[in-house]
Amino acid sequence: MNHLLEINNLDVKFDTDEGRITAIENVSISLDQGKVLGIVGESGSGKSVTAKSIMQLNPGNTIYNDDAEIIIDDENVLKFTSNNDLKKIRGGKVSMIFQEPMASFAPAIKIGHQMIEQLMIHKPLNKKEAKDISIDMLNRVGIADAEKRFNQYAFELSGGMRQRAMIAMALSTMPKLLLADEPTTALDVTIQAQVINLMKDIIKEFNMGVIFITHDLGVIAQVADDVAVMYLGSVVEQGPVNEILKNPMHPYTRGLINALPDINNLDAPLTPIPGNIPSPLDRPNGCVFRTRCPHASKEGKEENIKMGLVEVKPGHWLDKCGVDCGKK
Amino acid sequence: MSKNIVSVNNLSVSFDYQENFLSKKQKIKAVNNINIKIKKGSFFGLVGESGSGKTTLGRAILGANKISTGNVIFHDDDRDYDLTSINSKEMKEYRKKAQLIFQDPYAALSPRMTVRDIIAEPLEVMKITNSREETDEKVREIASKCRLNLEHLRRYPHAFSGGQRQRISIARALVSNPKFIVADESVAALDVSIQADILNLLKQLQNELNLTYLFISHDLSVVAHVCDIVAVMYLGHIVEMAPSRDLFSNPRHPYTKALLSSIPSIDPENKSKAIELEGEIPSAMNPPSGCVFRTRCPHASQDGKEENIEMGLEEVEPDHWVDRCGVSCG
Repeated sequence: MNHLLEINNLDVKFDTDEGRITAIENVSISLDQGKVLGIVGESGSGKSVTAKSIMQLNPGNTIYNDDAEIIIDDENVLKFTSNNDLKKIRGGKVSMIFQEPMASFAPAIKIGHQMIEQLMIHKPLNKKEAKDISIDMLNRVGIADAEKRFNQYAFELSGGMRQRAMIAMALSTMPKLLLADEPTTALDVTIQAQVINLMKDIIKEFNMGVIFITHDLGVIAQVADDVAVMYLGSVVEQGPVNEILKNPMHPYTRGLINALPDINNLDAPLTPIPGNIPSPLDRPNGCVFRTRCPHASKEGKEENIKMGLVEVKPGHWLDKCGVDCGKK
Repeated sequence: MSKNIVSVNNLSVSFDYQENFLSKKQKIKAVNNINIKIKKGSFFGLVGESGSGKTTLGRAILGANKISTGNVIFHDDDRDYDLTSINSKEMKEYRKKAQLIFQDPYAALSPRMTVRDIIAEPLEVMKITNSREETDEKVREIASKCRLNLEHLRRYPHAFSGGQRQRISIARALVSNPKFIVADESVAALDVSIQADILNLLKQLQNELNLTYLFISHDLSVVAHVCDIVAVMYLGHIVEMAPSRDLFSNPRHPYTKALLSSIPSIDPENKSKAIELEGEIPSAMNPPSGCVFRTRCPHASQDGKEENIEMGLEEVEPDHWVDRCGVSCG
């Protein structure tokens, strides 16, 4: 069976005044219909850049490598040149939800107008039909008084309501793939719980593929089927969510889990990962995690390692360098 | 039993609000009839969602917000400071003893000052030190306590990561040798691995320097880990207050229960459904009468008798305080 989305050997570099920065190195992931892939990592790990590459939303100074592929429906997105090709992807087959719902709506245009506009670009609908679909979507994401909200501006809605409206807008074109970039991070926990439950129901109902980006392992545990852990632009561990969170093998994944305050175990000490995430300008060669790895060798042999995932158990992929040191 | 360092008695803070220049002036009650006692050497946690009034309460205790009714008393070793009747000279003294650590380490530090100048500024403003040598000495001392590299003192904040910046903010707050610290969402902007590091640092400094913290956070798991005693706020009221282990193992108020159940578990098999609260926190401009939580409470009665309840904490077990309305429905 063909995957819904397949990313192969993706490198992303940015040309900046200070030099060429590697944001993503050799990332390969795939996603099937109806599945949720969680991507976790700290700030600067390349989670958002990965998602933006799929939509081709990275800025003009971005450089992709030649042999990289991002395949959606047998078409390589990276080879698209015309805006018409890209339109099929952006908002058509693929929709995106961002972290800050206030920043994602135009402040001076009514929410309903924004919903209609994007629907009419992607679907052969007249205004009346587009309006009906939009109001129906607002109803389905649990917005009371959908007709009234349709004629309001983003600032008139509360945070949770705005995020619901954002979800309604993203889903109204019936995308095959949804990219959700920290969709619950800006929300309070009680609202986060509402939005997560809503998203779970909707993912099931629409049978979409979802890439769910977050820094919160708890959220990943609750929504994702599979998870990829990213550090400084590389995937260091990947597999079914249950396996990765219960049996983490890479020292970075273990570090993330140990640093997390667990409400069910108040006596466990909080163990930070030593050091700081290096600047992408001086990205370590070899294993990118070696500068913070508790198992890094004295003689520095990790400098010469080439990173790459190997399957250590069925479905559980681990970076080569982490295979040895994860056993310790 | 150790002594109290801060007593808050029947404290309310309200703000004037006018929608536009024609409309009537309104009062918004951000904090409503709060009574807390913070014990010396404790790590007092304050949790709640956005708009619950936690920051306003913290600022009122520091004298940074005007107090509408009630009072705040800071008990120093030799004397008490009553913030409602304090003069400006005493206020300056009080500022040396009570300090604030901010949330966003990127916004809190001036990009045009070196780290040394940032940390030294309180000493100079408060005229604590008399010579440059003395200032430098103090700066170096607190910087090393906060695990800052002394070479870093000559650099500017842009050269530092979020965790290092937060350590600089902490050093600045502690340089005047305060006894009481309000940490307002001080780890919220940090990545988890760095968050753990800063929390450990705060704990360690507490022991070394005999500090008392008021730790404001929206993150219950963080609060559960570091605080000895926790107060849960909702729409300007404290709805429950207890020693943290007691609160997290035996929550009594329906709001506390809902908050706890909303934390997504890191165990994928534990998909226990959160107690879903209807809607969102109401606006403080127009708070519900009676029990402020009644509009979202899963136990609210049909006849609406909660509308006429007067809120107030009751001690249900030793040191475990729950709002009256929550005692029966919880």
